[in-house]
Amino acid sequence: MRTYKRWLPPLLLISPTLVLLSVFVYGLLAVNVQTSMTDNHTSAQAAGVEPSVFVGLQNYLDLLGSDSFQHSLKNLLLYTVVFLVGTMAFGFLWAWLLDRPMRFEGIFRSVYLFPMAVSFVASGVVWRWLLNSNQGEQASGLNRLFQIVGLDFLQNNWWNNNSVGITAIAIPAIWQLSGYVMALFLAGFRGIPEELREAARVDGATEWKLYRHVLFPQLGPVALSAVVIIGHMSLKAFDLIMAISKPANYQTKVPAIDMYQLKASFDYASSAAVGSILLVIVAVLIIPYLVHLAREGRR
Amino acid sequence: MTASTLTAPPERQVPPTATRSRFSVGRTARYALLLFFLVLVLIPVYVLLVTSFKGAGDAAPSRAWNLPQVWTLENWQLAWETLSPAIVRTLQMVVPAALISSFLGSINGFVLSRWRFRGADLVFTLILFGMFIPYQAVMIPLSQLVIDLGIPSGIPSLILLHVIYGLPITTLIFRNYYESVPNELIEAARIDGAGMLRTYGSVVLPLSIPSFVVVLIWQFTSAWNDFLFAVFFSSSQNGPVTLALNNLANGALLQNYGVSMSGALLASLPTLLVYILLGKYFIGGLMSGSVKG
Repeated sequence: MRTYKRWLPPLLLISPTLVLLSVFVYGLLAVNVQTSMTDNHTSAQAAGVEPSVFVGLQNYLDLLGSDSFQHSLKNLLLYTVVFLVGTMAFGFLWAWLLDRPMRFEGIFRSVYLFPMAVSFVASGVVWRWLLNSNQGEQASGLNRLFQIVGLDFLQNNWWNNNSVGITAIAIPAIWQLSGYVMALFLAGFRGIPEELREAARVDGATEWKLYRHVLFPQLGPVALSAVVIIGHMSLKAFDLIMAISKPANYQTKVPAIDMYQLKASFDYASSAAVGSILLVIVAVLIIPYLVHLAREGRR
Repeated sequence: MTASTLTAPPERQVPPTATRSRFSVGRTARYALLLFFLVLVLIPVYVLLVTSFKGAGDAAPSRAWNLPQVWTLENWQLAWETLSPAIVRTLQMVVPAALISSFLGSINGFVLSRWRFRGADLVFTLILFGMFIPYQAVMIPLSQLVIDLGIPSGIPSLILLHVIYGLPITTLIFRNYYESVPNELIEAARIDGAGMLRTYGSVVLPLSIPSFVVVLIWQFTSAWNDFLFAVFFSSSQNGPVTLALNNLANGALLQNYGVSMSGALLASLPTLLVYILLGKYFIGGLMSGSVKG
């Protein structure tokens, strides 16, 4: 009697959330896996007018065996690598430059971070213009800017390239999220006890040695968080591609785009399979990280 | 790395070092680099602003980077006419979505940190997992479920989805914040005979204003900028501004960059205003949203 009075009220209070999330997260994940294992490929089946039968892992095998989906996976990998390297490099450099107290620090910080407040769709509008593939007389956007500043050789056709076009889409993504990574690293720098800096200075360390041997090694956990957050965001890449190159463009498609296209063509089974594949990819990244965090927390 | 990250990174209160007053090559180089990157980051802003004021006479590619020959407000007018209904709808969506999910998150955070029950940590982990799933992995059954529940397409569906899928992050932020509330406060209320709801309402809730600001801003921004749910659960007739903007920019109409860039600026104004006016809280949300767990 006494014990249930202790645990029942809090459980009741949290129950709306528990019910919603068990249905909308766990329930739907299960239904999605189930749909992905049927032959639900037509609009009549999607509408439930015609029955679908269980086909096991066939849809997964078909997808992973197809050139088109392999192209999406390759694009996703390329995009993620460029996005990660770019945001980590800029974010780290900016944080390092801004770490020591200086004038106008707040202005630099605010400007570097502001693209984060804008939607991918809105920034996609201007980046579509900047990444215009016209060159020479017809060039506008960045290609025209390269001409103006005398760097003509840098002109290229950006995302209109079958093998590496996707990396052009990573440029606006880097523009939007480098400031975020900077904020993470800045918090990391500021979290290092002042005594550590003082001790190194007393020992006669130069500024560079102070950073190289004392401060940088302290940033490992922040760097790991940044990699996981950006990587996680990258795997779900969708908005920017929709805004810049339109979904039907083969050269810039990734799994999230395939999922959208397959659903639009009422191939629910394959669409669901793409979703589950994305889930597995994200889980491979996130679960070890969460386990690592939990272990750290216990220590 | 948990509760302490709720607020903006603290300014270091260090007396300037002796080298500060002196001219130094290192410092000049640092400013030069920072200025260079500042210009780089602002290039798209220049393009947006300049193009939005350009008329048809400035369409030639050779004038792409020039200032307008004639400054005009036509693009802005046209963009406003096209987007204003969607902007109103987005407000109608974002305000309730942010309020409801923040309130629920606050209750969850309280229960999971300061009125714990057996298995609270497991429940928290299960809630948190919802933050990491790619929504593509639930989209097919989700669209079916929303139809089956009879929720109208457009804003009502989107409010529901933003509330539900916002719960993990709002719960996380509040839980981390309440962990920093001294347990003595709660205990004192308990000893005075206050029950769970009384304790929440009279002790915890009044302390929560700062994290409510953080969470509301976070939810406001992410719902305002959302495109994925908008594409799947609304149309340009009943959807939010991201969808309307994308249709404006990529629509069947002749590509008119002047109008779409004015539109992009209009659609970004609310979140930019929040960022400029409440930047500290905005960054607070970023930090707590980032360092998960």
